[in-house]
Amino acid sequence: MSDEPLVQVSGLHKRYGAAHAVRGLSLTLQRGQILGLLGANGAGKTTTMAMLAGVLAPTSGSIVIAGHDLAKHPLAAKASLGYLPEAAPLYPELSVDEFLRHCAILRGVPRARVNAAVARSKSRCALTDTGQRLLGNLSKGYRQRVGIAQAIVHEPDLVILDEPTSGLDPAQLREIRSLIRELGAQHAVVISTHLLPEAQHVCDQVQIIHQGQLALSAPMDALPGAQDEYRVRLRDISNQEVPIAALQTLDMVANARAGQAPANEHRRAAPAADVLLVRLAQSDDCDQVLSAFSRECARRDWTLLELVALRPSLEDLFMATAYSADSDSDSGSHNDSHSDAMAPAATPPGLPAAQTSEAMQNGGTPRPTQKTATMPDNDA
Amino acid sequence: MNAALEIAARDLRRMFAGPLAWSALALMQLVLGLFFFLTFLWDFGHKQALLVGAKSSFGITAYVAAPLFKTTALLMMLLLPVLSMRTLAEERRNGTMALLLSSPVSMSAIVIGKYLSLLAFMALMTLMVSLMPLALALGGTIDFGLLASAMLGLFLSLATFSAAGVYASSLTNQPGAAAVATLAILLSLWFAHTSSTGVEGSAAHVLQWLSLTRHIDALMRGVFSSVDVVYFLILITTFLVFAVRRLDALRLGE
Repeated sequence: MSDEPLVQVSGLHKRYGAAHAVRGLSLTLQRGQILGLLGANGAGKTTTMAMLAGVLAPTSGSIVIAGHDLAKHPLAAKASLGYLPEAAPLYPELSVDEFLRHCAILRGVPRARVNAAVARSKSRCALTDTGQRLLGNLSKGYRQRVGIAQAIVHEPDLVILDEPTSGLDPAQLREIRSLIRELGAQHAVVISTHLLPEAQHVCDQVQIIHQGQLALSAPMDALPGAQDEYRVRLRDISNQEVPIAALQTLDMVANARAGQAPANEHRRAAPAADVLLVRLAQSDDCDQVLSAFSRECARRDWTLLELVALRPSLEDLFMATAYSADSDSDSGSHNDSHSDAMAPAATPPGLPAAQTSEAMQNGGTPRPTQKTATMPDNDA
Repeated sequence: MNAALEIAARDLRRMFAGPLAWSALALMQLVLGLFFFLTFLWDFGHKQALLVGAKSSFGITAYVAAPLFKTTALLMMLLLPVLSMRTLAEERRNGTMALLLSSPVSMSAIVIGKYLSLLAFMALMTLMVSLMPLALALGGTIDFGLLASAMLGLFLSLATFSAAGVYASSLTNQPGAAAVATLAILLSLWFAHTSSTGVEGSAAHVLQWLSLTRHIDALMRGVFSSVDVVYFLILITTFLVFAVRRLDALRLGE
């Protein structure tokens, strides 16, 4: 039982008339994992979540939760899941306590243990002092917390949270994030979001959905682009003959290429050619390599203005998958031509990161790859 | 069943948390009290001597209780859609349906729970209305058999209205539209027999049998026939099964 995945979804299809909301989605989830479903608005995340929760029936495909087929034994399967839809499903006339008690009983918590279950989920969601308040009077952050509390009140194996952090202020965002991480320790969690930093903060595993299909599935730490890349800005290198070739010869530099100043930083515009993207040599001691690099720069009289670690950005990844799929799929026809289009993006989780990264960038990122770096018109 | 009862209890709590249920009960009590007072004091007061003189078996229970209950049914036909419209339509509109559907609760338990909450309200309404003719027992003798039969008639019609209301509420996610649909269903049932004029043969019989009025009238007269009771039970079951089917279809997506 323990090595069997908690959730097993295969070949999930959902059609609304002629429109395919979800096309052949499969996923597995182990206990203690947090899976992030990512996708643009309308990609099919919410439909997928609703099907996982048994709220929508799939057109075809099977969902097995904790060994129970959701279609054949819905009650047994639903007993082991908790679901928070996009908008927290609250009855404004009820108080927090009344509501949570109601949910606990609906989910089959024995009457004798209802009060304990409610108290427990309230304390986990920091709702202890709000038991008597009416749901209709709660602020958005509290409503969301009650929404999560009702999803976990019966201690389900699987918690499904649809955009749990939408519309929250930064402080609430942080609270909910840490709550989700806590949940991940005991339950399997599926969250959906279109906020990529969200997934980076919380998830162990991400799946990107695009137009109802799985575009990418990877564990968080093996995500494409997870290497240590740095954005380096050197003073006036455009006037000297330093750059890439010289950098490449250094021991601690694995790879260097021309880069771009980040578009969203409105500081004094630096000449684009001053910015380089440098990948440092793999090492256990990152700091060691970094200091070696800066010493080397100083020795050669290159003034180092900026050295920024580029975090593996899901955003790039996301844009790449979305872009590569959009560029050649005409949304009207639903033949199998899309499978070719998805080929560079749809990478099985096991693939080495570097290889995937290359595929991603060739697939359409605006960032120049190593080869295009020799053609400066690309980012001038 | 446990879940159905829990849903029913929750809905009742919600219903009485707002002003709607209270004002519905108060309004009905006021209007019917007035009606009761007028028929009893004026009408029956004037005709009492006549009835006694004619040695009629038409007593105070038949004269006062039956019209009172029938008026209640008629008024509730107009008021009930407002009470029943929220049952399923509002759950869908507010997204709380997802809460029920993701819980280990069957579709029929959801519908039955919703129905039971309305039924409890209707039982309360029937009891409150029955207090008026029962008060006559303080100063006179009333025909308890006739009264029981009329009460049953009222309760069964209200139960049927409720089932129609739950079904109509499953048709749309707009409570207002559900109320209109409920009224349309109830009016057609109420007046089915009038449309039988000009229709020949078995069609006329079907229309007459479908008419709520005929079955209510029989019970109001104190004629307890199992055919009438079965009529109500068939209608109730049909509406509830339709509602379950409708929810199943919704889950598949329109």
